[in-house]
Amino acid sequence: MTMTKELISILLTAILTQNFVLAKFLGICPFLGVSKKLNTAVGMSAAVIFVMALATAVTYPINQLLLVKFELEYLQTIVFILVIAALVQLVEIILKKYIPALYNALGIYLPLITTNCAVLGVVILNVDNSYNFAQSMFNSIGAGLGFMLAMVMFAGVRERLDSCEVPKFMQGLPITLVAASLVSVSFLGFTGIVENIFG
Amino acid sequence: MAEKKKLGKELTKGIIVENPVLRLVLGTCPTLATTTSVESAIGMGLAASIVLICSNVVISALRKVIPDKVRIPAYIVIIASFVTIVQMVVKAFLPSLDEQLGVYLPLIVVNCIILGRAEAFANKNSVIASAVDGLGMGIGFTAALFLMGAVREIFGAGTFLGTGIPFLSENPMLIFILPPGGFFVYGILMAVVNRIAESKGKKRAELRGCEACPMAATCAINKKEVAES
Repeated sequence: MTMTKELISILLTAILTQNFVLAKFLGICPFLGVSKKLNTAVGMSAAVIFVMALATAVTYPINQLLLVKFELEYLQTIVFILVIAALVQLVEIILKKYIPALYNALGIYLPLITTNCAVLGVVILNVDNSYNFAQSMFNSIGAGLGFMLAMVMFAGVRERLDSCEVPKFMQGLPITLVAASLVSVSFLGFTGIVENIFG
Repeated sequence: MAEKKKLGKELTKGIIVENPVLRLVLGTCPTLATTTSVESAIGMGLAASIVLICSNVVISALRKVIPDKVRIPAYIVIIASFVTIVQMVVKAFLPSLDEQLGVYLPLIVVNCIILGRAEAFANKNSVIASAVDGLGMGIGFTAALFLMGAVREIFGAGTFLGTGIPFLSENPMLIFILPPGGFFVYGILMAVVNRIAESKGKKRAELRGCEACPMAATCAINKKEVAES
């Protein structure tokens, strides 16, 4: 019971209170770049959730069985980024060959994800927090879902923003960042919610 | 003489005209995340600059050896090696900075400025020019981070480099060092820079989104959007 409670608390923390985009500032590039339209925002986030979960599932055993065992922890950064890059390429090739429908939906977002700091970030954070396998997986999926939530919300905000009259010097990027700031304020409202539910 | 002039131009362009943070809109994640205080902003700026200069030099020196097809993974390995070195040095000599930067220190690997400069400059230019380019971009990045860190620390905590400022330290506006303040200060700074650039007849910084990303050439989103339009 305490185990499930803990996992759900990790999941909710990653989605709401410690949202990857709006509280930890990871994955800002796609957040600003791909959130213009709702359908691209959803596609990109789905690909991010998929890669995050897969990257965690692969890097966890590599870290435990190779790096920690042979005391090579200092190689973590290099190994993780290479594993993620190779993994993304592999997934792209496999999807293209065997599941073209899924490739058409998610595949175009995959190359972008190699250099997405959110994916490397979640993997490193799992190690830093010394999570076990189940905890790591829940944290990664929560981070991905949180990314999706922020992207979809922000895509909605930006669609409205397009029809607004903005002072000339604030047009474009400045007003987008201020809008992101307001979306981020709304997430501050979740502070403490997880502790109160499970505390 | 002409050579010297050119190098001077490479150095200064990164600081003002092509400032990576405020004009090219690159490296937004560390800009927002590590500017809660002046100290961590400068720490982040210097750490990224060292990695940028070293990786620019090595990539430029190896530009004729690295096959074009595998250049991105090769760059990532070079950058990750330097990040690991910086990480170890910071952990050993500046443990308090390591604590402040946390996960953002290893994440310098995926900082788009570094990969972007490798793609856009270092793989086409000589070693010396690349080193100067890295230095200029590094100074520009650090300066922009310092500016944001100063604004956020002065208003959000009422201090500057840890020393209290009268009046402000009694009434700190906490929101400035919380995440929303990061987006807000960045947005306003960008608006000010745009205003100055426009008054000098320069183009304003546009949200180029994926275009600015070093992976843009390999990425299919751009191709899809082109096909749609």
